[in-house]
Order: sequence, then structure tokens, then C-alpha cells
Amino acid sequence: MPINYYIFLAVALFSIGVMGVLTRRNAIIVFMCIELMLNAVNLLLVAFSKMHHATALAGDAATMVGAEAQLFVFFIMVVAAAEVSVGLAIIVMMYRNIHSVDINFLNRLKH
Amino acid sequence: MSITEILFWFLTALALLSALMVVFSKNPVHSVLWLIAVFFAISGHYIILNAQFLAIVNLIVYAGAIMVLFLFVIMLMNLNAETEPQKNRWLWWAGTIAGGSLMLVIIAALKNTENQMAQIKGGDIGLIQNLGKVLFNDYVLPFEISSVLFLSAMVGAVVIGKKD
Repeated sequence: MPINYYIFLAVALFSIGVMGVLTRRNAIIVFMCIELMLNAVNLLLVAFSKMHHATALAGDAATMVGAEAQLFVFFIMVVAAAEVSVGLAIIVMMYRNIHSVDINFLNRLKH
Repeated sequence: MSITEILFWFLTALALLSALMVVFSKNPVHSVLWLIAVFFAISGHYIILNAQFLAIVNLIVYAGAIMVLFLFVIMLMNLNAETEPQKNRWLWWAGTIAGGSLMLVIIAALKNTENQMAQIKGGDIGLIQNLGKVLFNDYVLPFEISSVLFLSAMVGAVVIGKKD
């Protein structure tokens, strides 16, 4: 597959995530859209690792170039799991205090 | 059109459609279910790219663990009714246009790049054996540090979520 297809797919998924963050007011759905953006980036990273591997294979048949990128995706997933647990705890705390998950109510943090 | 290309386009359409449904669903529970569909489609893409380890990890970690956490929180707060508190059409249009413009700009900037091929169905860097060798030879320290990160995240979640 040409790498351009993967780039366009990842850009489209990322933009849909941005759209959701900008339009939705529900904190949980905003959080889910952030997960969507993370996954778009992961997909692009894997596609680039395979592209890099394909070009390196032409010179050396036994090369392992490109495995690092997939490990980075693995570490991104690790960090995302930790981030989700803390973020959802914060949302639960917010719901307990203001009885809503509407992020418009959070503008009282300004003053 | 080979079977791989048909699969590629099917998974692409599934991912984009489900991602749009995540944003436009009124009910948060439906959003979570559509997001699980997106993760399955992305896992399918990983399998096409022969990144088998990441495909399985994506399913287990995202669709299995993180989305269940989201569902728990939504059901805990009893949000499964239609609870978008405030409607603002201008905000909706502004957000949609901003997101669409972002996509347009990035695609326009990248569409003339040199077109290389991503290897599909071949290559064995995505297999567990090779990834494990790289992980435990070169990246042992980040791996161990991530366990500390998990521990601190767990402690943080408990401390934040505690009553009083």
C-alpha cells in the first residue's frame, strides 16, 4: 500500500478527533476523542515503520530496522493506559463536586 | 483488486464511519461502542501491516481495558440518557469547520510527497519474538520505568478518587 493512503487515513482520524474535542461539551466524550487522536498517531507510526523496513530490506535481508517504532507505539499505549486511569478519576471527582460533566462549567477555574 | 486492498478499503471506511459516529452520537454509551469499532478497525490495519503484537495489544489494552473503564464511569454517573446540557449551533459549526480546515491543510501539504510503499503482508519486525528481543535488549530501562509509571498512576487514581 502506498504510504500516502495511511497518511490520509491518519490525518482524517486525527481531524475527526479534533472536531470532537472542539464541538462536544461532555468531558467523557472529549476524552474519548483524545484517545482517537492517539490511535491515529499510532497507526501512522506503524505504517512508517513498515515503510522504513521495506527500504532497509533492499540493502540487507536480515535487518531489524523499524522494530523501534513499533516499540514506541507499545510505550504510547502504556502511557495512554496510565493517563486514562488518572483522567477518569479526575472526571469522577469533578462530577462529584459539580454534579455535571459539562466542561463549560469548568470556566470558573479562570477566576 | 487483491483481497488485501479490499480489506484495506473496508477497514478504512469502517474506521472513518465509526469515528464520525463517535463524535455525532447523542448517547455516550453509543459513543463508547463506536470507539470500540474504531479500535477493531485499527487492529485490522495492524494485522494487514503484519504488526501482530500491536494488533493484539491494541485489542486487549484499548478495547478490553480502557473502554470498559469508560463504560464503568459512564454507568457510574448514570449518563446513559441524552445529557448534552447546552446546545450551541455556532460552536458546532466553528468546531466542524476548524477540524475540516485542519484536515484540508495537512492533506494539501502532504499530498505531493514522494510516494513510497509501506510493506504489507511481509516482514517480521512486528512478531512478538523480534519485538521482545529489541525490548529486552535495548529498552529494558524504559520498560521498567513504565512499571513505576503504572504504580504512580494507580496511586494517583486512588488518591484523586477517594472521598473527602
